[in-house]
Amino acid sequence: MITKRIIPCLDVKDGRVVKGVNFLGLSDVSSPVKLAKFYSDSGADELVFYDITASVEGRALFTDILTQVASQIFIPLTVGGGIQTLDDFDRVLKCGADKVSVNSGAIRDPSLIGAAARRYGDQCVVLSVDAKRVDGSFHVFAKGGREDTGMDAIQWIRRGVAEGAGEIVLNSIDTDGVKKGFDLEMLAAVCDAVNVPVIASGGAGCEQDFVTLFETLPKVDAGLAASIFHFGEVSIPELKRTLARRGIPMRVLD
Amino acid sequence: MIAIVDYGVGNLFSLQSSFAAIGAEACVTGDAEKILAADRVVLPGVGAFGDAAALLKSTGLDETVREAARAGKPLLGICLGMQLLLEQSLEYGTHAGLGLVPGTVRPIRPMIPAEYKVPHIGWNALCFSEDKPVHPLFSRIRPGDCVYFVHSYYADSPDEAIIARAEYGPLLTAAVARDNVMGVQFHPEKSGAVGLSILRAFCEME
Repeated sequence: MITKRIIPCLDVKDGRVVKGVNFLGLSDVSSPVKLAKFYSDSGADELVFYDITASVEGRALFTDILTQVASQIFIPLTVGGGIQTLDDFDRVLKCGADKVSVNSGAIRDPSLIGAAARRYGDQCVVLSVDAKRVDGSFHVFAKGGREDTGMDAIQWIRRGVAEGAGEIVLNSIDTDGVKKGFDLEMLAAVCDAVNVPVIASGGAGCEQDFVTLFETLPKVDAGLAASIFHFGEVSIPELKRTLARRGIPMRVLD
Repeated sequence: MIAIVDYGVGNLFSLQSSFAAIGAEACVTGDAEKILAADRVVLPGVGAFGDAAALLKSTGLDETVREAARAGKPLLGICLGMQLLLEQSLEYGTHAGLGLVPGTVRPIRPMIPAEYKVPHIGWNALCFSEDKPVHPLFSRIRPGDCVYFVHSYYADSPDEAIIARAEYGPLLTAAVARDNVMGVQFHPEKSGAVGLSILRAFCEME
């Protein structure tokens, strides 16, 4: 039985993890390598790194960090942020990433998805979508959720999968940061539209939100969150034990 | 010394790092002499079977891998590298494999219920047959331990060649072996501590 995945997301700027983190026994809380190791040891099923640096120097720092993480952490690594071209795919895959997440880059040039899928395989291409309700439908937003593209999110996701995206990360702007649970309605619409793994993002505030997610929507494959893990509001080992007790298939470390 | 066969397919960084993490010396090489001088050999692989088989043949490393197998060295195929050990693959046409382990590589899709997704991607538990001893490759792990899979094709092999399975609708082949030749469909280099334990067991084999 394939297990549901729990995925912490780390934003990295100039080689450091951005959001404040405070863990017992973790001295350097902004070190991506140490935090990645902490999460891997805690039973995280995968790690997502978003490069939020704008500068060329920051990019180089990011790939150095990625190389260090990949040489010490032996779970799947997904990398996103600033992926615009096949060269960007190449750059992060060479440093040890397993999957590459595209968002604005694919909106600008949808053929990037197909080109990358043909070169690296569907399983390597993750389409990340920031979506928000506008006039009764779900719109795709670009540039970190700041710009309404006017595109219908469900149609865009269908197109992305047809082009070769092997996985979808759906981040609901409506629930993101609110900590009142994942956007079940939007996720259900996406799960009905495609038959590739769907990763839920945006809105998790407590353990129960993950229980509700997987119990309500058995087609969702993974739950992704950042701050609740970073701030220790939800502990991954405890979360996974809770989910396993509720009968949700989980990889539980002992 | 472990030789990780480099025939131009995929990224071998994680694999080499994971051997380093367990204190095993591994080199990535496409040099036949080095491969034949190694104590044990790893055949990696990602991508499409046809392309990989063609590359293996054009580099002449297909014969090198066969020779290493004949010499009795522990040989481990990983993911597509495992599939290459079999007799043939039906991925986009019919392609010959190395024929070191009996079986045919077939698409997963017709095997599984419609609601199951392809590729089979994520962490899945290993199941072992109750009527035969656990293969030495899994001596350091327990039934139910999870490993990380990413694949759309599976090894259809005779029962005696299958040493582990994973449930995805039906039970799919997770690992195969014949004598000193072994193959795992999953990625031990991406399977956390369990994956490293499997690689360690491989390193301990005589």
